[in-house]
Amino acid sequence: MPQTPTYLNESPSQTAGPYVHIGCTPNFSGIEGLYGEDPGSVMVNPETLGERITIRGSILDGLGAPLKDALVEIWQADAAGLYVSPQETRGQADPNFSGWGRSAGDVESGEFVFETIKPGQVPYPDGRIQAPHISFWIVARGINLGLHTRLYFDDEGEANAADPMLSRIELRQRLATLIAISEAPGVYRFDIHLQGLTETVFFDI
Amino acid sequence: MTDAKPPRGGYIQRDRNRHPPAYVPGYKTSVTRSPQKALLSFPSTLSEETGPLFSRSIIGPRDNDLLHNHAAADESAIGPRILVYGQVRDQSGQGLPDTLLEVWQANAGGRYRHRQETYLAPLDPNFGGCGRCLTDARGFYEFRSVMPGPYPWPNGVNDWRPSHIHFSLFGQAFAQRLITQMYFEGDPLIWKCPIVNTIPSRQAIEDLIAVLDLNASLPMDTLAYRFDITLRGRRQTFFENRPEGL
Repeated sequence: MPQTPTYLNESPSQTAGPYVHIGCTPNFSGIEGLYGEDPGSVMVNPETLGERITIRGSILDGLGAPLKDALVEIWQADAAGLYVSPQETRGQADPNFSGWGRSAGDVESGEFVFETIKPGQVPYPDGRIQAPHISFWIVARGINLGLHTRLYFDDEGEANAADPMLSRIELRQRLATLIAISEAPGVYRFDIHLQGLTETVFFDI
Repeated sequence: MTDAKPPRGGYIQRDRNRHPPAYVPGYKTSVTRSPQKALLSFPSTLSEETGPLFSRSIIGPRDNDLLHNHAAADESAIGPRILVYGQVRDQSGQGLPDTLLEVWQANAGGRYRHRQETYLAPLDPNFGGCGRCLTDARGFYEFRSVMPGPYPWPNGVNDWRPSHIHFSLFGQAFAQRLITQMYFEGDPLIWKCPIVNTIPSRQAIEDLIAVLDLNASLPMDTLAYRFDITLRGRRQTFFENRPEGL
């Protein structure tokens, strides 16, 4: 017998279920006093560098109904394009920025909101520059494995056109599902469609 | 950098045959919430190879003690007392230090503390049902709780969830982000559960079953269960780091 590589298998995923907010945003779910603020609820402070933006959106199921029991997380670079992470080796990211946000969505509408900054540009592994983007991760009851996607900005047409990731999308009409729409200065809408003609492009990374 | 290990490359492709597919009709809620188009596959980039780091300063002394973190002074939650511990490691077996682990669960009667929850089992005033901790330098974690009860849920006419604890894990990178559930060795409901059975292989399901560990149990106090979790691993980068032109 030849040698066999000894990789372990990744633990399988299970749905976050209807009560994900108990564990991830306990204050939102009414279990108060255990932690301070819910993790990921604040991404910026007055010292954070960069253009302040608001991102809002809904997650819509195959019937067009908004999910009200989802958990959305985002991960993004700072204004200079650096990640606030020990894995970031290119420089020191903004100490006044968390880079990571988590939203339970509005109790009534399910709409998620993030108050953050517009990210800088980050290189692709081959050295090309990616357009400014924010990574999204969505879990909920009925979602068996967390869904990865990305938000790009509609006012970054030139950078988007040169983006190595966006250029991989063969069905060009699906590109629009990854582009947040500017609703007002600094306010972007990014609706996520789980199914249908406008199904968001989800990533296998 | 003080890390003497060679730099590491992209994340190993996720083996989706060991994860539940998005669409599993036996789990009815997945029907309208499952993407139907092909995923866009690509090698991980910096955006997925980085991830948030959580400071020990956010973790309170009772955050990993669900017996007491929602209880009145000198009281504790009702139910079989359990200690759950294990290692969070990556696919090469390396322990992942300082990674955040969040847990949530029903009380011993199978009731969640949640406004949408309608099961007739009562709440336990001394049990909140959520906790968290950071792994130690070798990737180990532990928390104390009560054994969660099984409960019925609206799917089929008579579907019951086995006793389980939900786990949320960060690892070191957004590519490793995972939510899963831990089950208990010997529970006959595991194999009848439509959510468990979204996982396509028995062997993969067994990866989510914690084992009773009497050696780690505290005499006259608490039963211990061991539950190891594996997050995605990275390639080594010998060839990716070759000098220009080679």
